[in-house]
Amino acid sequence: MYEGVIQDLIDELGRLPGVGPKGAQRIAFYLLAADPEDVRRLASTLVEVTERVRFCRTCGNVAEQEECRICRDPRRELSVICVVEEPKDVAAVEKMREYRGRYHVLGGAISPIEGVGPEDLRIKELMVRLADGTVTELILAMDPNLEGEATATYLARLVKPMGLRVTRPASGLPVGGDLEYADEITLGRAFEGRRLLDV
Amino acid sequence: MSLYRDEGIVLRTQKLGEADRIITLLAKRTGRVRAVGKGVRRTKSRFGARLEPFTHVDLQLYTGRSLDVITQAETLRPYGERLTGDYPRYTAGVAMLETAERFTPEEKEPALRQFLLLVGGLRTLGAKVHDPRLVLDAYLLRSLAVAGYAPSLEECALCGARQDGSASERSRAFAVAAGGVTCQSCRPPGASTPAVQTVALMTALLRGDWPDADVSEGRHRVECSGLVAAYLQWHLEHSIRSLRHVEHV
Repeated sequence: MYEGVIQDLIDELGRLPGVGPKGAQRIAFYLLAADPEDVRRLASTLVEVTERVRFCRTCGNVAEQEECRICRDPRRELSVICVVEEPKDVAAVEKMREYRGRYHVLGGAISPIEGVGPEDLRIKELMVRLADGTVTELILAMDPNLEGEATATYLARLVKPMGLRVTRPASGLPVGGDLEYADEITLGRAFEGRRLLDV
Repeated sequence: MSLYRDEGIVLRTQKLGEADRIITLLAKRTGRVRAVGKGVRRTKSRFGARLEPFTHVDLQLYTGRSLDVITQAETLRPYGERLTGDYPRYTAGVAMLETAERFTPEEKEPALRQFLLLVGGLRTLGAKVHDPRLVLDAYLLRSLAVAGYAPSLEECALCGARQDGSASERSRAFAVAAGGVTCQSCRPPGASTPAVQTVALMTALLRGDWPDADVSEGRHRVECSGLVAAYLQWHLEHSIRSLRHVEHV
């Protein structure tokens, strides 16, 4: 459609997730009209990200050094590990500002239909971390969907002989939602995990 | 905009955009359908949990240009709830879903018998009465039969001569390409030689003879699973990815 580098830019932007041909064209023309200094800063950040960001050797989270900020933090509890599927799940749990333990990023969930088995995830690395006996609780915070549940079941069975406390975050009603709109599966889980009101 | 209603089993889900999912389901009247579940990944979604694989759902959809859109969903039976807590059953169940998808290559081509077979298979798997490996192999053999590829187990697949358990070792050939067991004179090169009990187990699973299947020995179950998987993938001309991950107890 366009000539040379403009079309190249549209094509490259169009490869990003959630960006279609129209959106790519719109972003490309926005960048052409933007302050050249802003565009240069964006370009240098993109290059910097590819050069500097790597995966933490301990937990698999994104990091700029050998270990991520959380694994380097001495104030973090060593006895609890929260297992998540992706680095963005670490950010979601961190936003809560309640959890003081460490993380382990699996890199996905077991999905046989997509050809992803336990050997494709960072399960071996997790077992190495658990081997020295420092960890006493494992929180299995995989997504509350079928694949996440199956992965949690697999891991719970695997670590059972180690005598760890294995927990899974509660599933139930979202805060601010209406009870009448809850589906029966979520509502069922919410009732299963109901708590005593000690007033 | 044309609205329609159908019930089906969710076979697979794929993420779409920010919070949507593409739901592939095997519907009772419509056959295999791919439809968009809008916003189902959000925690406040009204029917996100109802559109998980293994769930038997009653749906209202409207026909879109490329994909249909799900407007309402009600759970009829959540088979997944019973399977996720039991890893070998979960992996066997996923292999059943993938096979059902492969046996219905054309979208919106009614496949009532495949649908009923899948519902029966998931119900049996969730009942936790039989070994999940046996349930999976029974489902695979019967889905092959529904598709017209039932293996010949009692007669030579090539000449039709009757085969029975008393036949000599060499005559118990199982040739995937030939379509089942063959007699000694028809035995093609490369055919395997399964135990008499393995062929009997396959026959029992194809017929639904559970008392016989349940007393079979582990080594015959392993051999049966291997033959069934090879036979299935030959006729589908496609590998079933999840079969590699099926965990045997």
